Amino acid sequence: MRATRTLALLAAGALLPAAAAGCGGDDRPAASGGAIAVTSTDGGCEIARTDAPAGTVVFSVANKGAKVTEFYVLAGADKVAGEVENIAPGLTRELRVELAAGAYQTACKPGMVGDGIRGAFTVTAAGAGPAVDPELTAAVARYRAYVKGQTAALLTLTTQFVAAVKGGRITEAKALFPKAREPWERIEPVAEIFGDLDPRIDAREADLEPGQAFTGFHKLEKDLWVTKSVAGSGPTADQLMADIKEIAAKAEAEALTPLQLANGAKELLDEVATGKITGEEDFFSHTDLWDFKANLDGSRAAVEALRPVLVARDPALVAQLDAAFAAASAALDRHRAGTGWKLHNQLTKADLKLLSDAINSLGEPVSRVAAAVSR
Amino acid sequence: MAAQTPHQGDRSTVPAAAAVSRRRVLAATGIAGVAGLAAAGGAVARDAFAQDAAPAADAVAFRGAHQAGIVTAAQDRLHFAAFDVVTRDRDHLVALLRQWTAAAARMTAGQAAGGSGAVGGPAQAPPEDTGEALDLPPAQLTLTVGFGASLFRDAAGRDRFGIAAHLPPALAPLPHFPGDQLRPELSGGDLCVQACANDPQVAVHAIRNLARIGFGTVSLRWSQLGFGRTSATTRAQSTPRNLMGFKDGTANLRAEDGALLEEQLWVQPGDGPQWLAGGTYLVSRKIKMLVETWDRTSLAEQEAIFGRTKGSGAPLTGRDEFDRPDFAATGADGRPVIAPEAHVRLAHPDQHGGARMLRRGYHFVDGSDGLGRMDAGLFFLAFQRDPRRQFVPVQRALARSDVLNEYIRHVGSAVFACPPGVRDAGDHWGRTLFG
Repeated sequence: MRATRTLALLAAGALLPAAAAGCGGDDRPAASGGAIAVTSTDGGCEIARTDAPAGTVVFSVANKGAKVTEFYVLAGADKVAGEVENIAPGLTRELRVELAAGAYQTACKPGMVGDGIRGAFTVTAAGAGPAVDPELTAAVARYRAYVKGQTAALLTLTTQFVAAVKGGRITEAKALFPKAREPWERIEPVAEIFGDLDPRIDAREADLEPGQAFTGFHKLEKDLWVTKSVAGSGPTADQLMADIKEIAAKAEAEALTPLQLANGAKELLDEVATGKITGEEDFFSHTDLWDFKANLDGSRAAVEALRPVLVARDPALVAQLDAAFAAASAALDRHRAGTGWKLHNQLTKADLKLLSDAINSLGEPVSRVAAAVSR
Repeated sequence: MAAQTPHQGDRSTVPAAAAVSRRRVLAATGIAGVAGLAAAGGAVARDAFAQDAAPAADAVAFRGAHQAGIVTAAQDRLHFAAFDVVTRDRDHLVALLRQWTAAAARMTAGQAAGGSGAVGGPAQAPPEDTGEALDLPPAQLTLTVGFGASLFRDAAGRDRFGIAAHLPPALAPLPHFPGDQLRPELSGGDLCVQACANDPQVAVHAIRNLARIGFGTVSLRWSQLGFGRTSATTRAQSTPRNLMGFKDGTANLRAEDGALLEEQLWVQPGDGPQWLAGGTYLVSRKIKMLVETWDRTSLAEQEAIFGRTKGSGAPLTGRDEFDRPDFAATGADGRPVIAPEAHVRLAHPDQHGGARMLRRGYHFVDGSDGLGRMDAGLFFLAFQRDPRRQFVPVQRALARSDVLNEYIRHVGSAVFACPPGVRDAGDHWGRTLFG
């Protein structure tokens, strides 16, 4: 995982924190029924309407208080569906968020601390909502099937890995460690939606604050490669198994938006660029190339799911994506070793530069997928 | 020596092309933000870009017979980048040169790298411009491109892009000079871009955006930040001091030198392949200075090493910086006043059949070296008509005998052929080479 999470941006349906001055505007879907006025004061949060039809919902948040405020739309207790931060006193900012039918909460957060001033908000099934491109719906369905396949593999491989750790079979556990991480790394942007679970499963030791518990994959990695003892690893292994089961169930159930697919494809390449090429991800085992390959696969799967949409909307981009994915795969394939990969510390600086170039070449066109999907 | 008209006239501070400056765009979007019309901000920016507006004040004209950034009055800051071409496809390379030319024309005029700028594009797309120069003026930004010999043929001698026949003989690799400690990762490159500006952020912004546009076609090989021009390229500029505290490069070619520029700076028709006529060669050398030991050297020895006084920069045989050094003069002890190994003697045009260069280097301090010493020196840049007759003999003499060598190390080196200028809106960098 990355040290900084872009959770709010990626969170379900959070199309845009649309407020930044100067963001381009005319490509966004029009809200049905106009913006819902929200008045945030230092002690109150007035909302003109507490229901809306499914689709793009627009809130116009005016800060009439003396403190800087924030406005959130929450799905469930604390899953952020959309937010707009840093609204200075006297300013009005806009939040556009794609919401499916269901129960939500709204929250104004004057002073930007605490749980905020909550209110219930209901999204009703869209009778005459904006028409959705059926190709986009199909894309999401294809990608959800992919996620389901990966969560199944993740459960199987994590079960084997945890059993080896708990059985004290260090060699077997070390062989299973990079393999169990592959399905995880393929769908990590989906996992990152679920707040605390991702750091519990995948935090790196260097990312922790003083006093924070070091748990998950990388704690076991350290036990296996550095401490070279799994005598005390049982509780960590059990917790990892429980967390993986929980996140697998949540990931399968999660309704995703096309934009999340597009942003997820880019995020996975950012993970490669910032974590794998540098060798930060698997600092103790140096098995970063397994994660690299999995990130690349996951990114490609998301783009593949969107392919018909992209072919229709931007065929030149598709040609560029295909060429860049092929080049990145070819660059990585040079480092295959047996059924796996070379270790990060076996790569020369020149090797890493070629990999970095390939990811930079691929990242640029992938970063344009979101705009093609959302227009 | 064909005596073309001197070119200084078309290179002065010239009104930039129509379009709004980065500063004006910011002002426009800022107003929109304050009014709470967030969504309208982008539209304001786009409209502003579409309109003709007042020219930016301190822009240097991008187009002309020769590339800007050569005889242009040397700016204060540098970001120099050498790239490797990573595509094998000639069309991709040419497309990149076209894109770079368009972006360079915009950025040197104080505009964003791409049409929709840093804030005017779709909200779901990454901005076309990285944005850090949004509120900055053009700052006399110039962007100058050059082609290395490795662009024509690879290490195995293969013709990479069907241009090997056009490789100029003068673009030959430099010979090894005694004392060279060149590091491959700081040397060579298929392409280079020299970005000079009076604001370091403007220069860095330009290289960053060109590198970004180039992903997949080129890859950054090495780059160098420089501060404080080390040369004067116009008569209006005084000779600056190097990090050793001396005025160096007094005999530099300058923009006003007219026919001398044709003779010494610009490649002439008939010199080699026609595509380079009106262009020039650039030699870059990264020269580390061992400043700690230099600073412990007596003033008398420092002045003897340079052959100049430290205060005025006058040769030891004269009173004024621009007095002609008298290499024959001897002192009371019968020895030459300017020592046989003095820098000014070894480098002087009189010792090399009148060979001159247009030096345009910058100081660098790349932090410290981990051993308690500064990692500092001169990033030497010199433009010339033929390195074989200019840089090479001068450097050979310096490398053999210059006492200064005790205090410097050459660690990086490259030679590039800089094509002629971009003539008009339909022209692009490299057109004369690639057709």
